[in-house]
Amino acid sequence: MPRGSHIISVLKVHEVAILADWIKEQLSGVTLRPDLLNEATLRDESRAFLNEFRKAMQSGLLDDIKGDSWKGVRDMVTALSRSRALAGFTPSETATFVLSLKPSLFLRLRIELKGDAEAFADEFWQCSVVLDKLALLTMEAYQQSREEVIGRQQSDLLDLSTPVVELWEDVLALPLVGTLDSARTQIVMESLLKKIVDTGATIAIIDITGVPTVDTLVAQHLLKTVAATRLMGADCIISGIRPQIAQTIVHLGVDLGTVVTKATLADAFRVALARTGCRVERLKAERPAAETAEVH
Amino acid sequence: MERIPILKMGTFLLVTIQVDMHDKLASTLQDDLTAQIAKQRSRGVLIDISALDVVDSFIGRMIANISAMARVLDAETVVVGMQPAVAITLVELGLPLDGIHTALNVERGMALLHSRLELHV
Repeated sequence: MPRGSHIISVLKVHEVAILADWIKEQLSGVTLRPDLLNEATLRDESRAFLNEFRKAMQSGLLDDIKGDSWKGVRDMVTALSRSRALAGFTPSETATFVLSLKPSLFLRLRIELKGDAEAFADEFWQCSVVLDKLALLTMEAYQQSREEVIGRQQSDLLDLSTPVVELWEDVLALPLVGTLDSARTQIVMESLLKKIVDTGATIAIIDITGVPTVDTLVAQHLLKTVAATRLMGADCIISGIRPQIAQTIVHLGVDLGTVVTKATLADAFRVALARTGCRVERLKAERPAAETAEVH
Repeated sequence: MERIPILKMGTFLLVTIQVDMHDKLASTLQDDLTAQIAKQRSRGVLIDISALDVVDSFIGRMIANISAMARVLDAETVVVGMQPAVAITLVELGLPLDGIHTALNVERGMALLHSRLELHV
């Protein structure tokens, strides 16, 4: 007798009954999430899965769930796992979908093979292994879709954290927050250069107030950004250098070359305005001797 | 023979690179340009590379060479219209073209040359 043949005949003959038992099992289980999944969807999914599962079992290739005959089942399980992961199911709630098929299936098998303990044990083992593999597959798909979500969030965060601000005509500011690694430098450079093309700005102020530490690598990335900006025909000013960072830069022997550096964004803005030929004046003298704050 | 046109604009020369560069073309351009600078007694050269989407170290070096040659002939070189991707590539290649003037577009490049030459005269 070929392997798994009893299971196949059980699946064929009792498909409806097994499905009913299985759904009952799932509905009564603690892992049911009526808030996330309605009963009709659960029924549809269970029916579709059982149908694919039966077809795959009929192929007789129980060892190899990576083969072509199991493709339907794999696709279905993966899609289901993904949608549940995104809906907010926990890993065990997701895996239970496949695992909860066991009781109803084995109950029918037991009735079918009554008195033949050896055959039952054999079939039970084979089928159990297959279902376990499928449950592991759901876990893998679950994990993968979660990782995709994390990856997407990371890239969103990157985009969000590198805004290029138009401060004045021809003056752009780039407030950097967080550490500067290669990937981020790339994005910063791209967005800055694109903005220079769009606005025709001649001065870009890179503000590093929000950068916690500046080591040789971060400095190198900054210098790269400055060099690329210069190639686009714009000048760069680095501002927001905190006292500790100034010390670190010198201690590390980092050479910022000819790049103009300023302690605060305000100072850098002043320089930028002067270079673009603008000046800021106080319209109303607040104090007697006061002073038009003129930019030199 | 394939040639890169050199346009005379007042005291400046404008070179627009729109095709893929290769050794032969680069050396022809260098010949033509140095000859023109000498003949027209030009004081500035604008190299427009806005049509280039891709650069390699060869083009980077060629631009540096042209600029150095022009400087020997007492002409300033401004590279204009560089694409962001090209700028990033040059920096990553370690060719930041130090000592070469750059501008966003031809108009800005002209203005830059004018302001620099006024200072020098």
